[in-house]
Amino acid sequence: MRLNGAEIIIETLIEQGIDTVFGYPGGSVLGLYDALYKYQGKIKHYITCHEQAAAHAADGYARVTGKPGVVFATSGPGATNLVTGIANAYLDSSPVIAITGNVATNLIGRDSFQEVDICGITMPVTKHNFMVKDVEQLAPTIREAFKIALSDRPGPVLIDVPKDVQAALCEFTPMEKAMAKRRCIFVQSDFDEAVKLIKEAKRPFIYAGGGVVLSEASSQLEEFANLIDAPVGASMMGLTAIKSDNPRFLGMTGMHGKYATNKLMGESDLIIAVGTRFSDRATGKKQEFSNGKKVVHIDIDPAEIGKNIPAYVSLIGDVKMILNKLIKEIPKIDNPEWSREVAELKADKKHNCDMEKDTLNPQTAIECVNKVMPDNIVATDVGQHQMWTAQYYKFNKPRSFVTSGGLGSMGFGMGAAIGSAIGSKGRVTLFTSDGSFHMNMNECATAVTNNLPLTIVVMDNNALGMVRQWQKLFFGARYSCTTLNRKTDYVALAKAFGMEGKRAATLKEFEEAVIEAKNHNGPFLIHAIIDSDQKVLPMIPPNGTFNDMILKG
Amino acid sequence: MKQEKYLFSLLVRNESGVLTRISGLFARRGYNIDSLSVGVTEDAAVSRMTITATCDEYMKEQILKQLSKLHDVIIVEAMDLEATVMRELLLIKVNVAQGGRSEILEAISIFRAKVVDLTPESLTVEITGERNKCDAFVEYLRPFGIAELCRTGITAIKRGAERLADGIGKNTYEHIIVSDEE
Repeated sequence: MRLNGAEIIIETLIEQGIDTVFGYPGGSVLGLYDALYKYQGKIKHYITCHEQAAAHAADGYARVTGKPGVVFATSGPGATNLVTGIANAYLDSSPVIAITGNVATNLIGRDSFQEVDICGITMPVTKHNFMVKDVEQLAPTIREAFKIALSDRPGPVLIDVPKDVQAALCEFTPMEKAMAKRRCIFVQSDFDEAVKLIKEAKRPFIYAGGGVVLSEASSQLEEFANLIDAPVGASMMGLTAIKSDNPRFLGMTGMHGKYATNKLMGESDLIIAVGTRFSDRATGKKQEFSNGKKVVHIDIDPAEIGKNIPAYVSLIGDVKMILNKLIKEIPKIDNPEWSREVAELKADKKHNCDMEKDTLNPQTAIECVNKVMPDNIVATDVGQHQMWTAQYYKFNKPRSFVTSGGLGSMGFGMGAAIGSAIGSKGRVTLFTSDGSFHMNMNECATAVTNNLPLTIVVMDNNALGMVRQWQKLFFGARYSCTTLNRKTDYVALAKAFGMEGKRAATLKEFEEAVIEAKNHNGPFLIHAIIDSDQKVLPMIPPNGTFNDMILKG
Repeated sequence: MKQEKYLFSLLVRNESGVLTRISGLFARRGYNIDSLSVGVTEDAAVSRMTITATCDEYMKEQILKQLSKLHDVIIVEAMDLEATVMRELLLIKVNVAQGGRSEILEAISIFRAKVVDLTPESLTVEITGERNKCDAFVEYLRPFGIAELCRTGITAIKRGAERLADGIGKNTYEHIIVSDEE
């Protein structure tokens, strides 16, 4: 059939299994939006208030569904507004397809109205990007983009389509959905060596990352941990790789990881790192991280092997496939002495940094929401509330924690929560804060328009808490520009946007508000008052080791 | 760690922006390029790049891996300098108005360089060879007054019958999954 470029874009998206896109119209995507008009019913478009949130929504959608998230934006400012969202998806390996319009090909390079070189701008934060100047190349390029975004380590791909290419006519033939390939590249001798190390280890420790979630290898991870009798710690991105209440699970490692988890990781003789890149937030001082132990590194991205932490043996490839292969090869192992040590330390509450039980504080707030709405997908913004959520929330299924790990973008939450709610077709809790929420709270309008089942918990400590914490610890308590003193009336704000809201200054008020949110149809905001000096603990200072861990603040 | 000179040979898709992608990757990851040369190959859809860089072993590994990840890079290899033919072409314009012409011509013959242009004031020389030889020639000419100097950057090819392209897809096997079938 003969179609114009814009129609070809939509046809190809449908062919690739896409029924949902996020975006914002504009001058250079008039053609594309005209095609959306024609295809309504087959593909649903969600308009946000700002392109950044559309990109975060596509990212959130991808994280909860495992399918690529698609976002449209116009040229110039539309495209540049996507950049934070694209970078965020890149750092957290999220398959996002961004389609931007651009000025017509004969206007490119002339600093035309709303022209930017978005391919140049996004080059370092995409897996790949394309500018399509020939309508004949449009469908093949989009198919290729899907393949790239989903294959191996997923990531965002941007396709820039000039306005005249959207209008140009061309023959279109639908094709099969692109096949994503997840490779394995390792030699048998490395595999044998890994098996040998695991068999010989007396104190093995499994360190799971986001790769386990992306590879959907949670049951393999659990089986593997049972087989080799090892505890499991996780990076923040790996938190949903295993159920939080699994007896093998020790919680998050790293800067704000638990005392026992970091201690046991340090005392292990073998770390089996699965689908993780050893971010500096997770390892602390790299030179001392692997002292006295060996590291078996399993990851699909060869460039991660030895990038941050040297690997004794590496297995490059799809985590699920490799774990299956290891499970087949390794007999049941028991490490009774190690297991006893793990159990003892895990049960030891001495070093827990628990907060007071009966007051409204981050921990009681999170635990309350967790109890009332345990099956919600949880999204966060960035800062203290994010770390508290990572520390205290009990996750019960993979892909249920949507958070900005690598980039740490404040303002991620609203868009991501919206995308998560649309992708999961279920309830979502967003933990955010007065700092982060003010960045993109305009998206309350999007949540209301679509009547999304979203509970927004704004933890208001009247400060940029994480920066304040660092100022307190490392900059002599000189609180430069982090005390907000904003007069925002969150409940009135929620109502102004058309949603319900409640203020909670006590735990009782908070519990009531959460129950009300649960029974409410549509978005609901809870304004929770938190102490300004509440810290995220424990904390290993940047580039520190376990011995530097701060337990009291 | 010990700094060494490395030479990377790449086959890349002959697409617009590929040079930017590669040089951008070097820039943002903090790798220094000593020289870079690029041109089409026997296959018009493929370009060949030769990049030299001074770095340590860790960075060399990272360069290889990060380059391999680029969609436009078909293959990249750190060449074994002992088994590689390396050449660079230089064009050098020397001032000869104040004399020195005969000594320069003598050097040209010894270095197997070639005069490509001649005026009463200047002499333009072409020389090809390995970097050390070219450097030595440049140093010899310097006292006479180099007016202009251009170097192409090193280009390199393996000795023997083996080709760079022969390494494509080695040691890999592919496991295909359908993205949403799991």
